[in-house]
Amino acid sequence: MGAGHSQLLYHCSDSPVHRLPPEVKIAAMVAFTLAVVATPREALWAFGGYAVLVVAVAAVARVRPGWLLRRSLIELPFVLFAFALPFLGVGERTELLGLSVSVDGLYGAWNILAKGTLGVLASLLLAATTTTRDLIIGLDRLRCPQLLTQIATFMLRYLEVLVGEARRMRVARLSRGDDPRFGWQLRGFATGVGALFLRAYERGERVYLAMLSRGYTGRMPQVWQGAEAATPGQWLVASTVPAVAAGVAATALVLT
Amino acid sequence: MEHLAMHISNGIINGPVAAIFAVIALAAMALCVQRGRQHLDDRLAPMAGLVAAFIFAVQMINFPIFTAGVSGHLLGGALAALLVGPWVGALCVAVVLTVQALVFGDGGVAMLGLNITNLAIIGTAAAYLLIVALLRVLPRTPAGLAVTAFVSALVSVVVAALGFVVQYKLGGAVDLGDNIAGLAGTIAGTHLLIGVGEGLITAMTVLTVAKTRPDLVYALRARGPIALSPVPAVGGAR
Repeated sequence: MGAGHSQLLYHCSDSPVHRLPPEVKIAAMVAFTLAVVATPREALWAFGGYAVLVVAVAAVARVRPGWLLRRSLIELPFVLFAFALPFLGVGERTELLGLSVSVDGLYGAWNILAKGTLGVLASLLLAATTTTRDLIIGLDRLRCPQLLTQIATFMLRYLEVLVGEARRMRVARLSRGDDPRFGWQLRGFATGVGALFLRAYERGERVYLAMLSRGYTGRMPQVWQGAEAATPGQWLVASTVPAVAAGVAATALVLT
Repeated sequence: MEHLAMHISNGIINGPVAAIFAVIALAAMALCVQRGRQHLDDRLAPMAGLVAAFIFAVQMINFPIFTAGVSGHLLGGALAALLVGPWVGALCVAVVLTVQALVFGDGGVAMLGLNITNLAIIGTAAAYLLIVALLRVLPRTPAGLAVTAFVSALVSVVVAALGFVVQYKLGGAVDLGDNIAGLAGTIAGTHLLIGVGEGLITAMTVLTVAKTRPDLVYALRARGPIALSPVPAVGGAR
């Protein structure tokens, strides 16, 4: 990958999970999440099983647990929401640590915590093992409409342009005597946001015209796509995780 | 930059309701792709990408409201509707949501239909309807455009947030009984404040673009550029 392409969360490394084609990983992640969401919330053991699966994949992919945990803090607002539920819910109530809480609310909070966390961890594992470029190739191979992959490609490309322009404008402001003390520099940001957008657009337009003049037709050339599409064997390997998850979900559905 | 999830995560809304909204979102997206294709020309393609990148970037900035417990971020539906039109605009927001769900885990993958319905479809549609109506009524001046952008952004944020309340009522994880009204009040209140921030940023951005490159503002194309006084060019040496 050339210079200047920052990867959002990609963890550069080499592992069996990294080597799997992106479309396989996306499909496996989505299937796994659907199985988790379909599991009845009373089947506590099933979520333990899913957690074991996530840990196993993380180990194979050589993603550090600390990184995963720190990144999953993104879920925090919904955790707070989950903690409010036992007190807001109606219906049968029970005693917990001397507080009267709703049973339904308690299960609901557990539901959000367990399913939310497992979903976030699955996404993070995908992000850690797949570059954003590969992600778009994967979506393209999964028959995602070209219009959408095109917007996504430009979005990721122009993020760089946008961040670069923002940095240049900040340096320009500082060198003209601006002294931003306030946290995220509210004032400078507010007055400069329109100019930032326009500058980024004009730069982005030149990028686009340069691409057009080099034969861009709305889809990235074959060379850019790198490796071949997934083989049946790779689909089989990747399907083990969602297959186990589906088995757990089916068992949980039957038992409860 | 700390990034917090603000989209619906897995487990908050039950499976059947999520599935219904996934079907709704899929149908609406198919329509947008079909209509958007006719619009996507050499000017709109880079603009759509930049609008998506811009929304992606500003969604990472969280507005802390009063306390750390409540925060929210910009949605971008009104900006997208103003600059690239309703069809491509909705697609831009949907692409942002999809990438965020796949990569950050912001918004559960299973709940993507709900999030796309709220933010991409309801948010953009509400904004665009308001834009069309307001541009017809308000004077064709920069102030008129700024007011249009501000109001449509503000209203679209609140309407999109109330979409969540409706979905929660249909299939929330916990039956809140009468507390649902409280939830609606809290959500509407916080998003009113977010909407003010969103409105200001949208108005600032669109006004600058309309002054320098009026050809880029989709909402102004149908009725010609607005009357403007000359402004110094933005940019300069780079």
